[in-house]
Amino acid sequence: METAPKPGRDDPPKKDKLQTKKKKPRRYWEEETTPTGAAASPGLHRNKKRNRELRPQKPKNTHTPKKSRISKKPQILKKPREQRNPEPQRSLSGAQDPFPGPAPVPVEVAQKFRRIDKSKKLPHSKSKTRSRLEVAEAEEEEISVKAARSELLLAEEPGFLEGEDGEDTAKICQADIVEAVDIASAAKHFDLNLRQFGPYRLNYSQTGRHLAFGGRRGHVAALDWVTKRLTCEINVMEAVRDIRFLHSEALLAVAQNRWLHIYDNQGIELHCIRRCDRITRLEFLPFHFLLATSSETGFLTYLDVSVGKIVVALNARAGRLDVMTQNPYNAVIHLGHSNGTVSLWSPAMKEPLAKILCHRGGVRAVAVDSTGMLMATSGLDHQLKIFDLRGTFQPLSARTLPLGAGHLAFSQRGLLAAGMGDVVNIWTGQGKASPPSLEKPYLTHRLSGHVHGLQFCPFEDVLGVGHSGGITSMLVPGAAEPNFDGLESNPYRSRKQRQEWEVKALLEKVPAELICLDPRALAEVDVISLEQEKKERIERLGYDPESKAPFQPKPKQKGRSSTASLVKRKRKVMDEEHRDKVRQSLEQQSQKQAKAAKPVGARPSALDRFVR
Amino acid sequence: MKVIRPKESLLALREQEELEDLPNDYPSSTSEDEGDNGGERKHQKLLEAISSLDGKDRRKLAERSEASLKVSEFTVSSEGSGERLILSDLLEPFKTSSTLATVKKQLNRVKSKKTVELPLNKEEIERIHREVAFNKTSQALSKWDPVVLKNRQAEQLVFPLKKEQSAFAPIEHVLNGWKARTPLEQEIFNLLYKNKQPVTDPLLTPVEKASLKAMSLEEAKMRRAELQRARALQSYYEARARREKKIKSKKYHRVLKKGKAKEALKEFEKLRKVNPNAALEELEKLKKARIMERMSLKHQNSGKWAKSKAIMAKYDLEARQAMQDQLARNKELTQKFQVASESEEEEGGTEEEGDLLVPDVVNEVQMTSDGPNPWMVRNHSGGEKQAEIQKDPEQLPEPVANEASESEGEESPVAKEEILLKEFEERRSLSKKSGLNQDAKPVGRQETKDFSSQEVLSELRALSQKLNKDNHQSRKQKVSSARTVLPVQREGPAREEEEPLLLQTLERAKTLEELDKEGCFQNKELSRPALEGKQLEKNPDNQPSAPKKKRKEQMIDLQNILTTKSPSMKSLAVPTTIEEMEDEQERDQKQMIKEAFAGDDVIRDFLKEKREAVEASKPKDMDLTLPGWGEWGGVGLKPSSRKRHRFLIKVPEGSPRKDKNLPNVIINEKRNIHAAAHQVRVLPYPFTHHQQFERTIQTPIGSTWNTQRAFQKLTTPKVVTKPGHIIKPIKAEDVGYRSSSRSDLSVIQRNPKQLSVRHKKQLKKN
Repeated sequence: METAPKPGRDDPPKKDKLQTKKKKPRRYWEEETTPTGAAASPGLHRNKKRNRELRPQKPKNTHTPKKSRISKKPQILKKPREQRNPEPQRSLSGAQDPFPGPAPVPVEVAQKFRRIDKSKKLPHSKSKTRSRLEVAEAEEEEISVKAARSELLLAEEPGFLEGEDGEDTAKICQADIVEAVDIASAAKHFDLNLRQFGPYRLNYSQTGRHLAFGGRRGHVAALDWVTKRLTCEINVMEAVRDIRFLHSEALLAVAQNRWLHIYDNQGIELHCIRRCDRITRLEFLPFHFLLATSSETGFLTYLDVSVGKIVVALNARAGRLDVMTQNPYNAVIHLGHSNGTVSLWSPAMKEPLAKILCHRGGVRAVAVDSTGMLMATSGLDHQLKIFDLRGTFQPLSARTLPLGAGHLAFSQRGLLAAGMGDVVNIWTGQGKASPPSLEKPYLTHRLSGHVHGLQFCPFEDVLGVGHSGGITSMLVPGAAEPNFDGLESNPYRSRKQRQEWEVKALLEKVPAELICLDPRALAEVDVISLEQEKKERIERLGYDPESKAPFQPKPKQKGRSSTASLVKRKRKVMDEEHRDKVRQSLEQQSQKQAKAAKPVGARPSALDRFVR
Repeated sequence: MKVIRPKESLLALREQEELEDLPNDYPSSTSEDEGDNGGERKHQKLLEAISSLDGKDRRKLAERSEASLKVSEFTVSSEGSGERLILSDLLEPFKTSSTLATVKKQLNRVKSKKTVELPLNKEEIERIHREVAFNKTSQALSKWDPVVLKNRQAEQLVFPLKKEQSAFAPIEHVLNGWKARTPLEQEIFNLLYKNKQPVTDPLLTPVEKASLKAMSLEEAKMRRAELQRARALQSYYEARARREKKIKSKKYHRVLKKGKAKEALKEFEKLRKVNPNAALEELEKLKKARIMERMSLKHQNSGKWAKSKAIMAKYDLEARQAMQDQLARNKELTQKFQVASESEEEEGGTEEEGDLLVPDVVNEVQMTSDGPNPWMVRNHSGGEKQAEIQKDPEQLPEPVANEASESEGEESPVAKEEILLKEFEERRSLSKKSGLNQDAKPVGRQETKDFSSQEVLSELRALSQKLNKDNHQSRKQKVSSARTVLPVQREGPAREEEEPLLLQTLERAKTLEELDKEGCFQNKELSRPALEGKQLEKNPDNQPSAPKKKRKEQMIDLQNILTTKSPSMKSLAVPTTIEEMEDEQERDQKQMIKEAFAGDDVIRDFLKEKREAVEASKPKDMDLTLPGWGEWGGVGLKPSSRKRHRFLIKVPEGSPRKDKNLPNVIINEKRNIHAAAHQVRVLPYPFTHHQQFERTIQTPIGSTWNTQRAFQKLTTPKVVTKPGHIIKPIKAEDVGYRSSSRSDLSVIQRNPKQLSVRHKKQLKKN
């Protein structure tokens, strides 16, 4: 479900072994051969990435940091190993480990992986419960530290274009970038001139290795775009509205004029799904194995591709649906409507989870970033807006574009691309999950035709643009996540690995009905049914078994426990409880009053800090 | 009196008796041999009688056991009547014999023995036995409690409990145990041992170590001599000290002390010249001494000696002198060092001279005792910049004033605030002078930005940030509430022209990280200024946080949201206008038409929809009125309003909608039943509140979210058993106890009687 803050888990077992070995006496002949753990495992990728990174060969206009200065975090490295215990362990050979013990982990890095929000106050708990809570908290802390430690293995760092003083990076054109980068990266920029079959839609596979595109006039092709090896090319002899890879590159869903068709990587038609007709847009939810389709007739249909069943068909009641995107964080489908609203859908609900009024005119394009915090919309009112999706759905920033953006796409690292006519603009923010500042574009590019499809390639700094003149693959430094999870989506996986992954992914398939706005809500107790059950139980038993037993005074010594004194004692306890209650309510009231009494309109004075 | 009175009465009695006795004496004197004896006895009796008169044990009337001629008035019989006859007395022969003594003893014993009590009945005995046995057993078993608790709380239990000895032994043990067997081995081993080759610690052989430690003869001699000398010196010194300690002359000690003090002062002076740092340290010490002195009451007039002197001082000049001395000393000790402060000032002065460029404010900031004051820090940086850019003559007096205010600790914050504001005003006027239009669109602004304006901007930003921070501090309790930024925004209008500027800076200064911290509500607030710009100030009451908001206002707000003039984009590459296919053109035209006709409709429709959704989600009241029940019914008759009112069951008001304050959003409040089926609906045992339980299931367990190690740790089985091993019940040895519990129990069971007697006693005691 939750994909956003995923710690790197390609933790090679080698490292663990190393740690355990340290405790044993190290022989002098072993000293030389200690393997350096990090370099070993992601070697292939690292080399690849190195190649792709821009070299400062042409410093005139591309000031290209090999490892960017903005995003690099030196704190991890800077943290010295000083806090170790000063007395190093003596081994048999007399050699000493200068840095004994595990490496220290900076707090802020570990903080990133924390799950428990300790700021939330818990109701008072008994000692037994408290001990359980303490155990859970300690576990969570330990795990977060482990995760933070394994972040060392994410060897790659993203880089950005940096203009020299006062230089506008938007002026740097693709040719300049291509000239500056190495050959392998330069090869990733290419144009496919396909003027014959009209404007193209395109889609990258999950791993970012494969590219499928379909032209309006029926041209469908899939290729390994890195090696430029064509896997299939057909003409479906029908208008192609949208095209999408299913969970792997072996299956391809094509929304044709009438029905939805599914092809394999040989171009052989496997299925024709007639229940999904007049599809305009396709979206694939990889963790749920759902293919969401939106149709001209106004239906949003969820097709489970693992079992081949239609899960649910929802009527959006808003006319033609031709703007759709998914929220990768919680797998909610966002539909844009002609009345300026964006509706959020889940297969579990018949009605939209939320409706947001975004534009005065119709909504032309919607995109959601990978953290699920930001949504970018563009409407017929020529505005581009960025909304906060965390509960408030309020616009964070807005900008009027000359012609309005027809297509929007977020990259893995939060870059926003907008296709406006035949121009593509890309904006960046500060770091991941920060809203892109719309003031100045990071890059612009003019294409040979009008934009018809936009997608950032996963794990490659590449933006694929489908337009009326074919396909263009742009280089966008800093767009993609530099570290991939080898077990999750490995661009270099073999056929066997893919099959393995497929099985695992199917086993871990998330049921469709779990899609909701807050995926973490599943980790919460269903309070309503809990209360309901409690009530039923009380009814059944005739009393509340969990209620606090009324105070029963213990019999005292002879002569002391007369009925009168018993009653007196009972009354004392009752009064005490009552007093407590009153005290609490009074406190609350006073707090409320204090809150209300705070002068809202008054200017804050410097003397406020002395107010107690 | 009480004591005296009985004596008096006694005397009187005596006289009387003597008088009476006189006639008695006469007959007795006739028989003289008896007379002595009888007289004595009588006298004795009389005395007894008299003494018993006043006592509590008044003599009982003696029974007359024999006939006598004279009967005393006071019932004094002639014979001893009170003596008791003891049984053994009868036995007593004239001569003592051993056999009778034993009989006597037996008789005594018989007399002392009491009757044997009845035995307890059977049930009672059994109950006591049970009780005792239970106590014993529970005591014996209670020592297992910690073990059980530990096992229950243990993350993992490994069975069987007995652990095997690890096969690995330290290399030293292996080597010690090893013996050379083959001749070759023996030979090599011998060689190694002859050379004392290190087996375990390969760094140095013992010989080598010894050689390292060894030294030459001369050196050793010298060392010895040195040591001897040192020892002698030490002993001399000790002896001297002892001698001096014994000197009782006060004057001597006084002189000694004075001398020491003088010397110390001299040294200090010298140090001050040579090594100011060390001198400072010394000074610190002195200060500390002063503080200690001030703390103690040593030289006050409160001591014993001082008090005695105070009494004497009236008459004794010397005592007066001594007291004055002491007071002077106290003053001296408790006085602040003037010299020290001077030197500090001097140092400050040198510092000032050292860096001319830095204004005084810097020093002031550093010197403030109450930690790093953010106000001051900002002030300092601002002032610095200002000084560097424009060396204004007006600026200069400010720091001085600051310093002055700093010396008066209480006023300083106010003064600083004022200064800050003044600075702000100045800068504002400056910016006005420069004729910068800050309201211009960002593109234009970027072009026209010059150095000073940037400076001003940064200043403003800092200020706004500061203000923001202050607000945070003051309202920490309700961080989540939406009003945190509000004061800042309110402040805008107060500074007439500054508002857009302030807002912009505020917006820019915020990054998403900050937004994150402030929570999502904050976000919304922040987004507002960005979007609405000036409109916010015009209608400040449309803050979404304001709870009592009317629909009309909402409407306006919504309009604002949608119809704001967002800055238009000026891209390098403007898209080429339409010279494309016809259908594209057509669509564009359609869009234009749509644009023209959309507008207000969208908002009204949306609001209508929202109203409907709100209405639909509201729970309905239940009307249970039955027309015609209890009153007339029929066509055209309606149940009375009272009745209707009575049978109307009102649904309690639920929690407010999530989108109550979000005019542009409709959030579906319906429950996702399918997802709820997957949620936990029963609280497991130790938890009493669902929040507690939720906290324990926050961390995901799967390998997708964890490192391999963490995943393994999270999924370790609770119990691990070794296949093919018998799991025996836990024994005392397993957990480090000596095994004795069993035997204890068996002892109890074997001879319960013996124990029971003892315990019976205990029980009785209780």
